[in-house]
Amino acid sequence: MPLLEVDNLTVEFPTRRGILKALDRVSFTIDKGEILGVVGESGAGKSLTGAAIVGLLERPGRIASGQIRLDGSRIDNLAPEPLRRIRGRRIGTIFQDPLTTLNPLYTIGRQLVETMQTHARLSDSEARRKAIGWLERVGIPAAAQRIDAYPHEFSGGQRQRVVIALALCAEPALVIADEPTTALDVSIQAQIITLLKDLTRDHGTSVMLVTHDMGVIAETADRVAVMYAGRIAEIGPVADVVRRPAHPYTDGLMASIPSLEHRVDRLRQIDGAMPRLDAMPDGCRFHPRCPRAFARCTEQQPELMAAGATQAACWLHAVS
Amino acid sequence: MFGFIGSRLLQAIPVLMVVGFIAFALFAFVGDPVSILLGQDHTEAQRIALVHQLGLDQPFYVQYVKFLWTCLHGDFGVSYRLAQPVGSLLAERLPATLELAITASVLAFAIGVPMGVYTGIHRDSLLSRVFMVGSLMGVSLPTFLLGILLILCFSVALGWLPSFGRGPVVHVGSWWTTGFTSWAGIRALILPGITLGLFQMTLIMRLVRAEMLEVLRTDYIKFARARGLTNRSINFGHALKNTLVPVITIIGLQFGGIVGFSLVTETVFQWPGMGLLLVQSVAVADIPVMSAYLLLIALVFLLINLIVDLLYYAVDPRLRIGR
Repeated sequence: MPLLEVDNLTVEFPTRRGILKALDRVSFTIDKGEILGVVGESGAGKSLTGAAIVGLLERPGRIASGQIRLDGSRIDNLAPEPLRRIRGRRIGTIFQDPLTTLNPLYTIGRQLVETMQTHARLSDSEARRKAIGWLERVGIPAAAQRIDAYPHEFSGGQRQRVVIALALCAEPALVIADEPTTALDVSIQAQIITLLKDLTRDHGTSVMLVTHDMGVIAETADRVAVMYAGRIAEIGPVADVVRRPAHPYTDGLMASIPSLEHRVDRLRQIDGAMPRLDAMPDGCRFHPRCPRAFARCTEQQPELMAAGATQAACWLHAVS
Repeated sequence: MFGFIGSRLLQAIPVLMVVGFIAFALFAFVGDPVSILLGQDHTEAQRIALVHQLGLDQPFYVQYVKFLWTCLHGDFGVSYRLAQPVGSLLAERLPATLELAITASVLAFAIGVPMGVYTGIHRDSLLSRVFMVGSLMGVSLPTFLLGILLILCFSVALGWLPSFGRGPVVHVGSWWTTGFTSWAGIRALILPGITLGLFQMTLIMRLVRAEMLEVLRTDYIKFARARGLTNRSINFGHALKNTLVPVITIIGLQFGGIVGFSLVTETVFQWPGMGLLLVQSVAVADIPVMSAYLLLIALVFLLINLIVDLLYYAVDPRLRIGR
């Protein structure tokens, strides 16, 4: 049984001008110890999917239909209190910008101790010892002294290490990492990704790695889900999605990444922009930008279907 | 830390001198104490003798320097009206005003902060709307009207609370008097305390609410939620503490304002504090009292600013850099 099952998840935002569907029947699973990469343009619904899973959708957003199951039991319809106990303890979250995710008025030790004591019965001294241990594990030098330092006394990369320690300190089974390296210097990005990968492998933690950096996905993830306009366009093993993309959108996405091996004069680009939520085209949401669109694409919305080693929501792979 | 406090106290000296100068200059051209003191029937000789006795025949700046010089020796002159040393006059009135101001501020803080937190968290609840509309009235109701309405309601109609005065007071130490020790003294504090504190309370509530709304949107609050911390810890531990810096500033300045300008409330309730003394002194152009009063209020503001700055450092570790 997979650790996390997301089944036909639909998220809506009721507005004055009508109901906007931000996620439309999104389905995927994450196995124990697996790293699932989620890529897509800004606004494709990557972060929203993560927020829906931990029950932190911002108002007025709401889960309209579908199910989310953790270890086989539903968590999408839980009351606030049981859901709160899942956050941090069963599902950890890492945010994008380490400069703003730590409370500036408390020492990092206090924030770690508070998080651990919220989820487990620990004496103050025990919690403090464990907090030092976590800081050492995420590579903060002189952790025993630094534990009483405030967030502003750390560099950006170190703060993201602290954020990772905070997300993992209650030993969750799943970590949702929402663009964990986007706000960091390139030289730090690789360190943070390696750290995250090592720590989650050691603890057998599953990861949902949201990013728009295909390079990070290719090196880290086992499988990858490509999102477009609130739907999953393609999902499959990383190697297959990268080398033999089945969806024209994935294909365009891969071709627009510069490569050192194959120098080209001009990178290919996908013309146009992702449609706005209140102006979704009929049929396949990608068809206005798709170079291979045909009549059926404008009329009928494709569901995920087998396409070689991956699954793609594209009529090109329909068994007619 | 001590260097910081020391330098701030040194900076206070020129501020006090400037305030003293302005106060003195202002009063030198306002009203004529001599004619008020002598009444209508007096000879020119009496008048000249009194002017000479008070030192009013000397140039203005000489009077000012003399005033400063005697102030430095702890002597603030003698009241024209009451013929008593101003220093002991103010010292006698100071406890009444401070007790009233502290009562009003504690009321405002103890009620305003929880209301602000509540309205910040439960934005759309009915109770929040009631608080918001009520606070609008609190902000716009003039102090004297509120005081009179409270007297009408609780003293005249219901007869529950005294309408004027401080009630019985007890001497503590050499010059401090307190009304806190007896039930009658506390009862006398209630109405003027509410009158003086209501505006501050609504102000604090609205400020805390606005700051809470701001802070609850920040990433670190979202991260705290994502770590599964309890709502109580998030709202009161993480969010409220981050709203405190602006709230401390306003409360500090407001406390200065309450001490300095409680005169309306003191007049309405005939509260024997410094504000009432000032109103009575202005009526007869009692220059020494008014000058000393302004100096004292300036000193209060300076001390409060110093305390506010120290509280900043206590609350926000980022401000401690380089200190």
